[in-house]
Amino acid sequence: MSQQKLIARGHPLDKLLRTERLPHIWCPGCGLGTLLGSFLRAVDYLVSKGVIDEKQLVVVTGIGCTGRLSAYVKLDGAHTPHGRAIPYAIGVKLGNPRLVPVVISGDGDIASIGGNHLIHAARRNMDLLVIMANNLNYALTGGQMGPTTPPGAYTTTTPRGNPERPFDVARMVASIGGNYVARWSIHYPVQLEESIKKALPRRGFRFIEVVSTCPEIFGRHVGYRTPPELYDRLKKVVRIKKPRALDDIVYDWEKEITLGVFRDEDEPGYMESICRLYSYEWCREIPEVKWARRLAK
Amino acid sequence: MPRVEFLTGNQAMAEAAIASGLRVFVGYPITPASDLFEYLSDKLPRYGGIVFQAEDEIAAINAIIGATYSGAKAMTATSGPGFSLMAESIGFAAMVEAPIVVINNMRAGPSTGIATGTGQGDIMQTRWSSHGHYGIVAFAPWSVQESYDMVIKAFDTAWRLRVPVIVLGDAVIAHTREPVEIHEPGEASVYERKKPRDPPGRFKPFKPDREDLVPPMAFYGEGYAVLAESLSHDERGYYSTRQEVYESLVKRLVEKIERSRDRIASSDAYYTTSSRVLVVAFGSLARSALALVRMLRKSGVKIGMWRPKSIWPLDEDGLVRAAEDAEKIIVMEMNLGQLYLEVSRILGPRGKTIELVPVISPQLPSHEELLSFMYKAGVKIG
Ligand code: SF4
Repeated sequence: MSQQKLIARGHPLDKLLRTERLPHIWCPGCGLGTLLGSFLRAVDYLVSKGVIDEKQLVVVTGIGCTGRLSAYVKLDGAHTPHGRAIPYAIGVKLGNPRLVPVVISGDGDIASIGGNHLIHAARRNMDLLVIMANNLNYALTGGQMGPTTPPGAYTTTTPRGNPERPFDVARMVASIGGNYVARWSIHYPVQLEESIKKALPRRGFRFIEVVSTCPEIFGRHVGYRTPPELYDRLKKVVRIKKPRALDDIVYDWEKEITLGVFRDEDEPGYMESICRLYSYEWCREIPEVKWARRLAK
Repeated sequence: MPRVEFLTGNQAMAEAAIASGLRVFVGYPITPASDLFEYLSDKLPRYGGIVFQAEDEIAAINAIIGATYSGAKAMTATSGPGFSLMAESIGFAAMVEAPIVVINNMRAGPSTGIATGTGQGDIMQTRWSSHGHYGIVAFAPWSVQESYDMVIKAFDTAWRLRVPVIVLGDAVIAHTREPVEIHEPGEASVYERKKPRDPPGRFKPFKPDREDLVPPMAFYGEGYAVLAESLSHDERGYYSTRQEVYESLVKRLVEKIERSRDRIASSDAYYTTSSRVLVVAFGSLARSALALVRMLRKSGVKIGMWRPKSIWPLDEDGLVRAAEDAEKIIVMEMNLGQLYLEVSRILGPRGKTIELVPVISPQLPSHEELLSFMYKAGVKIG
């Protein structure tokens, strides 16, 4: 087969991509492509099954390597100032409750500069899916220490090793509430995809952390210089578990990074809660009500 | 049919927002804007709108930007400290051309300052709060009626030009109660967006119309795959570092306001014909200033007053006209000279003597007290 023919056929997910913007900026071997692939396959599936209309989706990102994702996805979206993806997405939902905002952003964006927004969105059980890529450092800005960086790790701002302790972000969100909390790593794209399929059409706050590889910056600084080396090093510590208590969830770069579903509830989200107080005309039409019925079946 | 009610400035602003079709209000408690938030919390849901309490002002402003992209008229209200927190995303709103309305009831700063005191120290902050160069519109009411009318004008301007519009109230106007003529909810005439004329695929979300430099606005959910891009972007909304793209974007964000200056810029002039002295004052201080002008006129001083209603942009032609017969201009404001800088820029080259009466006080001075501030500043009439 000629090469031309192969190119002409394209990729089955091209319809969800602004293909004219490719190639993307992500480094070879970066885990973010895996995340994007899982997300798009989940969206494609849900759209094909009629669970969701792609016109309803709004992909909101913040600043960082992950933040660039909204530019590649051919859906409504926003590339917001650093840390503000969550409040922007909440505004999208308030402005038109029939829409389905999805925040996809990095750990610096979501858990550091935007950390306050994260915990309050979880507290409110806001009808919102947040997918947080955790690449263990500030990558786009050159590899500074982040809220998820392992203790002792060498970064450009911790030249003698990181003296701080990291956040276990998924565990923190699970401790606050929200309807669905999970953590995966890019070693498990199928599990991640299934998780997104579950979490996207669901009411209330949903949070998925994706531990990702940043070989170009983080890996290089901590001594795993090639994509396979970092991939293997991370693979050694990620462990899928069914935690019975919050204390079973571990985030430790030396011993274990627990993966799995940490919370799986179906309580009414914020939008339904305000519909109990006021009879808005859209209350019957929000997708969350439909999804809750579907889940109950 | 309009009806007359007896409201505070904050209540009037809330009523005006409802009359303009407000759908989403996002607030964070702060004096002197909390009672506006409380008033809407009770009232807006009855008209189908949502009132949401954010975790901070940064969340509040970003949420209303998102809401406008969903097609909702959206607003927040705050005061100095909260307005400072919003700074970054004022620039974001300007960049993605989100038609938001922000009420900033000025209080005594800097920092926490005097939370219950009034102030006029946010003139330059309103213009330049966010980094980079962009355009902004701001109105400043001096009465409860104007608080009402200007919020309607703010919505109209925001949606007509796709710009963030600031209403600069102050602690005094916010809590003063006066009769005000108001419209029924949704009755105020507010510009509706220009809809995309091209179908999805061909539509470019940041391609401006030639006559007003404003791009038609596609809302989320309409199938246009529109990206609100905070990075420098081309007409498709795609990130670009190209010099021509960046230059035309930044210039357009400023020029679209310049081009509509006649519609936005407004001011009032009092006793300016053959007055040799012209007082310039705005907001609540202009009430005391006008009382002072009247007192002085009674004693035979040829003195008039000019009051800007739009602060950004200023009605420069109106100022020049009002100052025609004046030799001396006295700018009175509750800061150490901000509007003064603009007045000097405009009238300085015209050979006028321009003097400043700074009023640093948490309370609005009476007209007699204003006279003593004048003496303190060494400013003499005539
Ligand atoms: S810097 Fe790291 S996270 Fe960013 S694109 Fe490169 S590998 Fe991926």
